Formats: sequence, structure tokens, C-alpha cells
Amino acid sequence: MSSKTNPVPETLAVGAHPTVAEALADGLELRRAVKRITPPGQWPALNLGELMEYRELLYFMVWRELKVRYKQTLIGAGWAVIQPVATMVVFSLFFGRLAKIPSGGLPYPLFFYAALLPWTYFAGALTGATGSVVENQRVITKVYFPRVLLPLSAVFSGLADFAIAFMLLIGMALYYKVAPGPWLLFVPAFLLLAVLTALGAGLWLAALNALYRDVRYVVPFAVQFWMFASPVAYPSSLVPERWRALYGLNPMAGVIDGFRWAITGENPPSAGLLAASACAVVGMLVAGLWYFRRMEAKVADVV
Amino acid sequence: MSAAAISVTGLGKRFQLGERERYLALRDVLARAAKGALGKKQSGKANGRPSMWALRNVSFDVREGETIGVIGRNGAGKSTLLKILAGITWPSEGAAEVHGRVGSLLEVGTGFHPELTGRENIYFSGSILGMKKIEIERKFDEIVAFSGVETFLDTPLKHYSSGMQLRLAFSVAAHLEPEVLLVDEVLAVGDLEFQKKCLGKMEEVTRGGRTVLFVSHNMGAVRRICTRGVWLDGGTVRLSGTAAECVDAYTASAEAVAEAGTGLFDMAERTDRVGNGRVKFQRIRMKDSAGDERSTFEFGEPFTMEFEMECLEAIRSCFVGISFLSSDGSNVMSSHHSDSAELRELRKGTSHKLVCRYEPNVLKPGGYALQAAILDAATWEFVDWIYTIGPFTVSEGTGRFGRLPDGRPGSTQPLLQWEWR
Repeated sequence: MSSKTNPVPETLAVGAHPTVAEALADGLELRRAVKRITPPGQWPALNLGELMEYRELLYFMVWRELKVRYKQTLIGAGWAVIQPVATMVVFSLFFGRLAKIPSGGLPYPLFFYAALLPWTYFAGALTGATGSVVENQRVITKVYFPRVLLPLSAVFSGLADFAIAFMLLIGMALYYKVAPGPWLLFVPAFLLLAVLTALGAGLWLAALNALYRDVRYVVPFAVQFWMFASPVAYPSSLVPERWRALYGLNPMAGVIDGFRWAITGENPPSAGLLAASACAVVGMLVAGLWYFRRMEAKVADVV
Repeated sequence: MSAAAISVTGLGKRFQLGERERYLALRDVLARAAKGALGKKQSGKANGRPSMWALRNVSFDVREGETIGVIGRNGAGKSTLLKILAGITWPSEGAAEVHGRVGSLLEVGTGFHPELTGRENIYFSGSILGMKKIEIERKFDEIVAFSGVETFLDTPLKHYSSGMQLRLAFSVAAHLEPEVLLVDEVLAVGDLEFQKKCLGKMEEVTRGGRTVLFVSHNMGAVRRICTRGVWLDGGTVRLSGTAAECVDAYTASAEAVAEAGTGLFDMAERTDRVGNGRVKFQRIRMKDSAGDERSTFEFGEPFTMEFEMECLEAIRSCFVGISFLSSDGSNVMSSHHSDSAELRELRKGTSHKLVCRYEPNVLKPGGYALQAAILDAATWEFVDWIYTIGPFTVSEGTGRFGRLPDGRPGSTQPLLQWEWR
């Protein structure tokens, strides 16, 4: 048994509109939704249709998140840029100038920033998603909406910061006279990969954090570790050939490599690595969604 | 067409008591697992943690357009039932079906964020309660007008007074137009004027053909607004019938409990109270003329009520108001202590006692509940308000106190001065 929405075709929706014309003008559907509530099963339905229904709320959640973040701040959107830039400076100095790691022909600042940009997005989205359920515990216990919207909105709201920091990347690329090419078209693809990775891992962590409160403290440490397991501070060419596919199971490896290539056109990522990353993302997403839905039933009682 | 809008069959919800204690930390889970692996037995609670059924075998139907009141003592499962129907928590057994768009009003101010302005909060709160953006835009002016916060629309919510926040929150919620509305005691906040506005709006909503499920302790409101009722006791349906039937049965049972009791009503542990809590009732005693605590008085017998209060935060001036509610929920009469005693300034950490002597007693025989409130003298805002205390009874009497009840109409049997001229 599982919970699902069965739209039952009926006549007008009761109450809101005296005329059909008005109802249609407002875009309301002329159906009566029936909600059947039963004890949750082991294999909860994914219910993507419901997510479409609530897309406006998702928009409002992201909008609210961004508004609140930048209210009463001095620099406002500037914060989106400061972190990746500062890290880039440090990396360029220590990993670049001093340690002299191979950067595949790219100037160090560009090499690092092109990787730090999607990485900063990912780290922020993941941290945000982890805490999303617990932070909104008040709202969860009072009103119904698909709980998936919470980590989803955390993952999406990071994109605004990403967009701002991306401007700087374009500026840098121009400064270093990097010629634009057809590889630029792949930027959205790799960004999507990053979004899905953040979502997959975020769903797991959000659910776990709601049940076990100390998960939140582990995440920053895990993210740091994850960064060093990804080709942010070094190129993936440093990893020996035979390990590269395994290395690619870290979806962020595919994202970082791909992103660097999409901006500069140098050092295209190996196919094996990309394939491994893509598979890993799909697996994480499905597993994360399943676990989240399963835990959803318990959350309101426990949070 | 009168199809069932809500149909509940054998609904049950079980809570595991262990989970309520504290949040589990991952290390606790690992520690337990390790202990288990080493063969050490868990103290008493092994696999099945102690659990309790908040709801068991609950079944009832609500037809389209009906307003059903869910009543019962604290802990009877009313809020749990509402949460399940709203989709917030899931049942452990049984099933429920809800036809139509559901709006849940389980608190006032859902989704409000102090950093956002009034305008922004209207949009977000409206959206999370279930309104579409077009809908919010269409009703925006009405919502603002109803709440009365026009001038502050673009200031952050944290600068609003609590009264303004409440009005805005309720205004947004009041303009929800779902087909099925679930309301949980949301009317029990704010000052008198706000209460009246809320009640009025609720009545308007129920007349509009919507199906409403209303949880409340306020028997008067339930009688007024609801057509049907469900009395939940200890998680099961004790009675399902018309609102009047259920309210009567419920108050009668509460009376039966009280008859065995004394005239001492302990308020300290009660949570079904409203107000900012700066002064709180601790104990209320009803005593007869000899000073004995009782809860049944004869017709015409004078009695005394003593109100023991604790001041938790200083308050400039407040007054105590009491009302006598008859068993049908109507307010027979009210009295304010300021009618014959002075207003006092109360300091933090002090205790006070107000004594009220009811003489002559003109209440007709029957069961009554006392309603007591402490109100802020300047704003008439509720400081502490307890809906039903008691009940207590006025019995037929033996004429000992000079009079006998004669069944005349009216809520009281007063003694007026008549004279032939």
C-alpha cells in the first residue's frame, strides 16, 4: 500500500470560482483530486507528478532563501565570489607556484578557479540540503507539501551564487585570452551533473540528519575530504590510467574535469571517467530519493 | 450531490515512546548495534520499544459541505487525526480518503519569516498554504485590508507587534479557499476583537459550502459553527453524531468526573490556555459559606471563588474576568474584578489571591463551567485565559437559601425588587 494521488474526473472544483470561464482563466484544473492516505510501504512511490503540482512553491522557497540570505548584508551578492576567489589565491600560491603541480598548460588562477566554481556550488548545495529538513521542522509539522522540495530548493538556490561567480570566470577567461569554442556548450551539461550529484547526496544526508542529529557535524569534514578526492587542487591526469575509471566513480571528478575542459577547451576528460561519474550520479539519485521518501513517513513524528 | 468529502476507516496511529525522548545520535545507534553484536542485552526495551496508540480504529464520514467538530480531552488524539488527514504524518493502520483540495490551519503564521516584509510573507505563506501565485495576486488587496497592516506592508515582519503578526497571519489563512479545511484550535489566540473576527470568518467559511473539520476546546464555538461532531476519547471514537449531541455528552461526562471531585481546580499543569502568560492562574477554589471546598451548590446558595495567581513578568494593570458557561456553551454572565476591587500593579515573582463572592446566587439549576481570564487593562489582551474550569453544579435545592427554582425561562433567576404602587 502506498500513498498516491488519483485524480478523479469530476465537474467544477467546488467553491473557488462561480464560472467555468473564471476557473480556466486562472489556470485551475477542472478535476477533483482524491488523496488516499494509507500506512507507508517499503517501496514508496516516487510521485513526480506531485512535484510538478508544487513547482510554484519550489520557486517561492528558492526566492525566499535568496531574499533572506541577502537582506541586511553589506556586500550582498559579493559573498558569492569571495570564497572561490580567496581559495583560488591560496591554491595558486601553494599548489601552483610553490608545489608546481601540472596544470595542463593553463595559468594557475584559471586552472583553480574553473574547478573551484562548480566545487563551491556543490559544497554549498550539499551543506544546505543536509540541514534543509531540520531547519524547516516547524513548517513540516504544520502544513503538507512534498518534503523533497526542501533539499531541492537548497540545491537550486545555490545556482544564483553560481551564476554570479560564473561572471567572474568569464572575465578571467577573457583576461587570459582563452579562445571560446564549441566545448562551451557543455557547460550546462556539467553543471547539471553537479546539481544532480548535490541532489543525490543531499537527499541522503537530509534524511539522515533528520533522524540522527550529529550528521550535520560530519558533513563539513566529509566535504573537505571529498574535495581532495576530486581534481580541484590537482589535475586528474595525476591519477594513474588504470585507476582512472574507479576514480571517476566520484561524480565530482567528472564535473570538475568536464567543467575545466568546457571553459578552456584543454585536456578533455577521459570517456571512462565520465561514464563512471554519470552512472554514479544516477545510482546516488535513485538511492537518495528512495531513502528520503522512506524516511519521510517518520520525519514528522521525529523532527 | 452529497458525496463523502472525508472518509476515515479504521485509522490508527502508533507512537514509539522511545523516539520521543531525545534525538538519536549516530553514535548512539552504533553503540547499540555494537552492544547487540557483543551479546549484551538492552535493558528492557530490546526490539520493541514501548509504544502507545494515539488513535485506534477511528472511522467516520464527513459529507461535502458539512462542518464537523472534533472534541475531546487533551491527549485524546484530535491533533494527530488532523495531522494525518492533512498529510503531515502517516497512519500506522487503516485508511482515509479526502476529496478535494485540502487546506490545513494548524497554526497561525505558517511559513512566516521575520526577515521578510509583510508583502513577501503574504506571498510565501499563501504559497505554502496551497494558494497559487495568481490566486494570491488576485486576493492580495483583500488580504491586506482584512489584516489592517497597509502602512507596514514593506517593513520586515520582525518589526511588527505580535498582534499585527497575528492579524496578518490569520488574514492570509482566512483567504485560503480549499475544498476541505482542517482547523486546529487556531482561533484560540489573540485579543477579544481578534477572536470575534476569527469566529466570524469561520462562520462565513462554513456557510460557503466548504467541508470543515474543526478541532476545539471551545464548546460554544463548536455548537455555533458545527453541524456534526465526533468525540474522541483516548484515541477512539466515543460518539459520532450531531454537534449538539457530542457537546452535551462530552460536558456531561466531564461533569460526572467532577462530581466525585472537590472544589479545587489545579491550573498549574494545564496547557489548554491562551495568552501571553505574564500572570498565570495556579489554583482556583470554590468554597461554600463555611469555607469547605465543593463543586456542587444548592440553588440560591452563595459561594466564593478564590483565584490564586502567580506573576511571571511584571504587569502594569490587569483585571480578572470570569464567565459562567451553561452546559449548552452559552455565556450566562460575566464579571470583572474591577467592578468592585481595585486594579493593582503586579511585580515579577509575586503571588496573589483574588476572592469573589457570588451572592445572591441567581444561577438556575444545571451544570456550569467557569471561564476565567486575566486581561491587560490597557489593551484587553489576554494574559491568561482558561476556557473551562470545573464543571460545577447548581442543584435543585431544598429552599434552604430562601428560594426554590421554578423553571421559568431565562438563563438566570434573579431577584428583582417589585413593589405595588
